Amino acid sequence: MPNFIDRRLNPKDKSLGNRQRFLSRAREELKRVINDRVKTGKIADMDGEQSVPVPVKGTGEPSFRHAESSGKREHVLPGNKDFIPGDRLAKGGGGEGGGAGTGSPGFGDAEDDFRFVLSREEVLDLFFEDLELPDMVKLDLKEVVAYKPRRAGFATSGSPTNINVGRTMRNSYGRRLALRRPKQEELDDIEAEIAGLAAYPGPTAETLLRLAALREELEKLQRRRRLVAYVDPVDIRFNRFDRQPVPNANAVMFCLMDVSSSMGEREKDLAKRFFVLLHLFLKRRYERIDTVFIRHTHEAQEVDEETFFYSTQSGGTVVSTALEQMRRIIDQRYPSGRWNIYAAQASDGDNAATDSEYCVDFLNDELMRLCQYFAYVEIIDERESDIFRSPDHGTALWHAYREVSQVWPNFQMARIAKPGDIYPVFKRLFAKQPASPARS
Amino acid sequence: MARRTRHSNLLFDGSDWNFATLSRTYEAIREVALEDLRLDTYPNQMEIISSEQMLDAYSSIGMPLMYRHWSFGKHFLQEQHLYRKGRRGLAYELVINSNPCITYLMEENTMAMQALVTAHASFGHNHFFKNNYLFQQWTDASAILNYMEFAKSYIARCEEKHGVSEVESILDAAHALMEQAVFRYRRPPRLSSAQERERLRDRLDYEERIFSDLWRTLPQRKDGERNDEDEREAQERKKALNLPEENLLYFLEKNSLILEPWQREILRIVRIVAQYFYPQRQTKVMNEGCATFVHYTIMNALFDAGRISEGAMLEILQSHSNVVFQPGFDDPRFSSFNPYALGFAMMQDIQRICTEPTSEDRDWFPDIAGNGDWRETLLGAWANHRDESFILQYLSPALIRKLRLFVLSDDAAQPHYQVASIHDERGYAKIRATLAHNYDIGTQQPNIQVADVDLLGNRHLRLQHMVHDGVVLTEESRDATLRHIRRLWGYDVTLVGIDEGGSQVYEAAA
Repeated sequence: MPNFIDRRLNPKDKSLGNRQRFLSRAREELKRVINDRVKTGKIADMDGEQSVPVPVKGTGEPSFRHAESSGKREHVLPGNKDFIPGDRLAKGGGGEGGGAGTGSPGFGDAEDDFRFVLSREEVLDLFFEDLELPDMVKLDLKEVVAYKPRRAGFATSGSPTNINVGRTMRNSYGRRLALRRPKQEELDDIEAEIAGLAAYPGPTAETLLRLAALREELEKLQRRRRLVAYVDPVDIRFNRFDRQPVPNANAVMFCLMDVSSSMGEREKDLAKRFFVLLHLFLKRRYERIDTVFIRHTHEAQEVDEETFFYSTQSGGTVVSTALEQMRRIIDQRYPSGRWNIYAAQASDGDNAATDSEYCVDFLNDELMRLCQYFAYVEIIDERESDIFRSPDHGTALWHAYREVSQVWPNFQMARIAKPGDIYPVFKRLFAKQPASPARS
Repeated sequence: MARRTRHSNLLFDGSDWNFATLSRTYEAIREVALEDLRLDTYPNQMEIISSEQMLDAYSSIGMPLMYRHWSFGKHFLQEQHLYRKGRRGLAYELVINSNPCITYLMEENTMAMQALVTAHASFGHNHFFKNNYLFQQWTDASAILNYMEFAKSYIARCEEKHGVSEVESILDAAHALMEQAVFRYRRPPRLSSAQERERLRDRLDYEERIFSDLWRTLPQRKDGERNDEDEREAQERKKALNLPEENLLYFLEKNSLILEPWQREILRIVRIVAQYFYPQRQTKVMNEGCATFVHYTIMNALFDAGRISEGAMLEILQSHSNVVFQPGFDDPRFSSFNPYALGFAMMQDIQRICTEPTSEDRDWFPDIAGNGDWRETLLGAWANHRDESFILQYLSPALIRKLRLFVLSDDAAQPHYQVASIHDERGYAKIRATLAHNYDIGTQQPNIQVADVDLLGNRHLRLQHMVHDGVVLTEESRDATLRHIRRLWGYDVTLVGIDEGGSQVYEAAA
């Protein structure tokens, strides 16, 4: 007697653990590949692409296998048509078909072609895994999401105040038509006729018959009218509202960049890369964040993202104008009591002679009190990177900012000489910080 | 009900199945299988599963219980990927060599397919598992499920105790050596989970008992003082190592100096799983041929007895002919020999030789030609052969002509292939021997052995690869595998390729 067991209701994901193990194993490998890609300077491409196919090296399963292309071997194949012993066939030719290449069974290498396709989101997730904006204290506290009702179609249930009359009546009319609800006019006509007939004093047999028929008809119609209601509960439609979260952007990131003529193509490119990275990071990690782009030469202006990255301007260099502009914007739109303010500045370190002093004073007295965090990256020449290895040496602005960083722990500065530097610097500036005193 | 009374003889009607029809059909199939074909099977256990569960079963190499490892997850994703894209259908069934014999039936199958699958797996494969000498000698059907349960929980406990990544690295290395983890000639001891646990406890107890921190403080012995004794010890240990050893995993499990007891136990588990599957890999053609022949014979018998409707029979035959389809070498669908096709053709051919032999058959098979008892002949063949010996003994010239087989020799040094033999008088023997050789798993897998190890010196492990006909190993994979061996061994490992003449072809180290 067979033993039948119905296993269909058993828990399904028996190999879930295995899948997770595989993905986490692949994840490490993918992360390595992506970090490599970023280091070699393709971050701008990463934003555009929708998916990145990645060969999975760390998940190969090696074993001792015979190499297909070595030594002598003999295959037995079916389907000979006109070969006789001694015939020769060129290798890799069409005459062979897929024959001898796969002649020995079970030695296919299909596994090696296994590739993952990652979406852009997943790539960025992997990329930013270890990074976090520092000191998000205020944001954490204010992370209450506000909801706002938004129209979203119709529903069959709801509160009476939300009844949609037009929709309800349309349904009612359709239903009345379909079920042939007698109209008031029909009833009125019949009643009039009955009244007319009944008014005659001497009813003939014919009129009596007609009266009886009319009365029956009237009663039928009236009953039908009672059965088919004018507005039935099934007709009623309510306006439906979804509670939609309102983005509660109470952190703001200021991106300041020098676009003056002293910034060459290379410097601009590096600065742009830094901001692209930063921008991707913000967009990815913190959905509720405002970003303000301020570019400056000898005068500063707030611009949109497109202009910030892709348009150029010429002029002198007065860094303080950007700082002042930032201060103005904070006053106008981002009161520091309600916003976390972060700033990142990229520059080549050039500044008008007397301006650096003013910048330091301005930062110390005004901006640093308002900012949660201020990151300064200086784009330097690759040849200079050796000279400027020590933080004590540097440009005028660098020296000036050194003073600020000594006073304010939340002021960070770093130098970038080549694309490969950006990522480590970025990582250092925004590394997850061990529980800062402000958090406790 | 009215329909059923009209066709009272039919086992089922229409494509839907339920447990009553499954059971009725099973009984009818069993009757034919046991009484007509004289099969001898383990008791059957049929389990109905969904497609997702089938994918699960696929990815854990067909075992209902399996320890966790990422490679199974990888296979799952691959299978799922192919399945979702429609590039590959799922098998209709999956059968496990255990006692009772477990057969998985897919819920999507129609009733006709369920009948086919029951005959194929629950009787064909089941009979083969129970009676073939390889399975009898090398696997223990009644113990395997218990053992896998032990293995699964043991490895889970190791993961808890030593961390997932620690266990994973040992399993990675062990899996790389799975092909070299079987005894090909020596018979392994029977396993039972109770004994297994007993042994394990003893081993751990012993480890704990002999642990003594004092050993660490022993002074170094002086040079030359005990040289003779060392020499003798070395000799004894080499002898005890039983070199050369073909089962690399066994060797590492027993002799590696750096492994912890639990790591040795994991190697042992992987080794036992590999050994369990070894007979299946040697009998692909026979196993499938046997099962296909059984389902074909049983279904036809049931149809002849009027117990299967014509519609159902058509469906069965269509599925059958898909399974035994063998495209020619120049067909774009050709990838290699279809074991179902070759096996089924050979079984049918044996049946023909027994009942209607030609004079050629009488020359080639004097012992079976015309003996009339094809049942007994087939039962004997199924019991006493593996693919290699089966083909070598039973592939007939008639079948060689029918399949139009030819031998193509492929020398990597030559820019062309050469047709060596075709289906003519001169070629039959050569084709038969070559095909048999190609199914000899011993020659299809690299022959790698532990040649020498200097345990008292630098503990350098020397492996030897016997290179035949100049076929070497894939380098990248070889080096990665050597690194795995090094991880298990802890000291230097070298692999040397030696050709037939005894000269060195290559040397690789890790």
